[in-house]
Amino acid sequence: MSALTSVISAGFDVDKVREDFPVLKQRIHGKPLVYLDSAATAQKPFAVIDAIRKFHEVDCANIHRGVHELSQRSTAAYEETRSKAKRFLNARAKNELIFVRGTTEGINLVASSWGRKNVKEGDEIVISALEHHSNIVPWQMLCEEKGAKLRVIPMDDRGELLLEEYEKLLGPRTRMVAVGHVSNALGTINPVRQIIEMAHRAGALALIDGAQAAHHLKIDVQALDADFYTFSGHKVIGPTGIGILYGKARLLNAMPPYQGGGDMIKSVTFEKTIYADLPYKFEAGTPNIAGGIGLGAAFDYVTRIGLDNIAAYEHELLVYGTEALSRIPGLRILGTAREKAAVLSFVIEGIHPHDIGTVLDRQGIAVRTGHHCAQPVMERLGVPATTRASLAFYNTAAEIDALAAGLGKVKEIFS
Amino acid sequence: MVDDLYQEIIIDHSKRPRNCHAMADANRKAEGYNPLCGDELKLYIKIENDIVKDVSWVGTGCAISTASASLMTESVKGKSREEALKLLEKFHDQLTTDTPVTQELGKLVVFCGVRDYPARVKCATLAWHTLKSALTSSGEPVVSTE
Repeated sequence: MSALTSVISAGFDVDKVREDFPVLKQRIHGKPLVYLDSAATAQKPFAVIDAIRKFHEVDCANIHRGVHELSQRSTAAYEETRSKAKRFLNARAKNELIFVRGTTEGINLVASSWGRKNVKEGDEIVISALEHHSNIVPWQMLCEEKGAKLRVIPMDDRGELLLEEYEKLLGPRTRMVAVGHVSNALGTINPVRQIIEMAHRAGALALIDGAQAAHHLKIDVQALDADFYTFSGHKVIGPTGIGILYGKARLLNAMPPYQGGGDMIKSVTFEKTIYADLPYKFEAGTPNIAGGIGLGAAFDYVTRIGLDNIAAYEHELLVYGTEALSRIPGLRILGTAREKAAVLSFVIEGIHPHDIGTVLDRQGIAVRTGHHCAQPVMERLGVPATTRASLAFYNTAAEIDALAAGLGKVKEIFS
Repeated sequence: MVDDLYQEIIIDHSKRPRNCHAMADANRKAEGYNPLCGDELKLYIKIENDIVKDVSWVGTGCAISTASASLMTESVKGKSREEALKLLEKFHDQLTTDTPVTQELGKLVVFCGVRDYPARVKCATLAWHTLKSALTSSGEPVVSTE
């Protein structure tokens, strides 16, 4: 606990932070809510809730359309989030940030728009054994359509990618390397800078699925030299249905539009349509305006707390949680990478994760159970499913103690 | 209380599932799959003169789905096809509607606790959905609870 105390004394006050998250102040089945499912979606602070409410109460209008006051306010607020996203990721220019529904759409946009244009029969796409289904299936669909090949970087028993095997997969036909920054199922933080560099040396592009990273690590797309980087707003304490795709302007400019419609055009006639410039070329139709504005408030909140503070505090929670769970007989933690985010995926001998999840729920503890949309990870580790406790900066050591006590109850029922 | 869900008989059948083996001379087979949970089961039935002479299963799943498969096989063995399907209907009704709990279900009444756990109803009904498909379709159908 001394490390936790030192983080707190360094200016991070978890009790104060918790006051900002109204959802945390409730009882579930008569017990205080212990929310340990932030890797699925993070809870939202008042700042985000209020920004969305203010938009609907005061500023509601469509964007990029009217000359009237409300439309101008909405447009300014929505576009301000793009500027915030640029700073959040340290992109070169604002037009490199595309609003998408979430990580899934970000990946699909690249697979569909860049992929269809650039991937040919016999080409290769490299992904990793740690990927979420959303960074597998779009590439599989592309490969199937083009007669291209999907190659997979294997991992070891700790859940770390084998870079020497990755090196062997790279070749003259490699077009794209698409890997997650942080594994949602195991918490592994991948050495993406090195992965990207190796991809570039082979003449391939690199896309990083940042769904599990953006709220835990400081991201610098220029330092990483990522060609594409995408994440969902709702995991960064923003609303659902909005996310960001970063792409290098040079690449985005050369890509065809993803969807056609309003807002992505300069002019339309029945003979020919001239597409809009970046970023609007990729933003057809009325977007999730309220979501975009809420996401801006989320960026502000996270920035104010400080990603360094968040990362340090969550790391201490992870260390504390790892120790607490390791003391439980019969429990095995899956994912023991040396670089790891605050995810505790585990199995208990003889007890199915869904039964664990139900018993914990009745004690007010919310965890995720199942394959975490990462069936190949489960298969590699030889388990059908795991229980996953994923931590965020609003969680406390006391909540980890509650989890450990809850697991005691689970063992009591199934002993 | 969570103990209402995990009654002793459920824990017992989940730890020592009955009729849990493949059957070489089965004349009806079906596979059930719950994509959300990853639960899987294969059901084997030997049906003679419209009577379920023997029934067995293999699969993986949580305590609820394992106990349900185990108790289902015990309950339908020896019943006619029609009786088995009627029991299925009653079981399903008891778990998914507010109809008062009746004792007609016999031992299966222990699953009525699942009513308070909507996310777990699929676990309790997977074996029964698979039974229905084995009894009503020809070939080796695959059912999914999604």
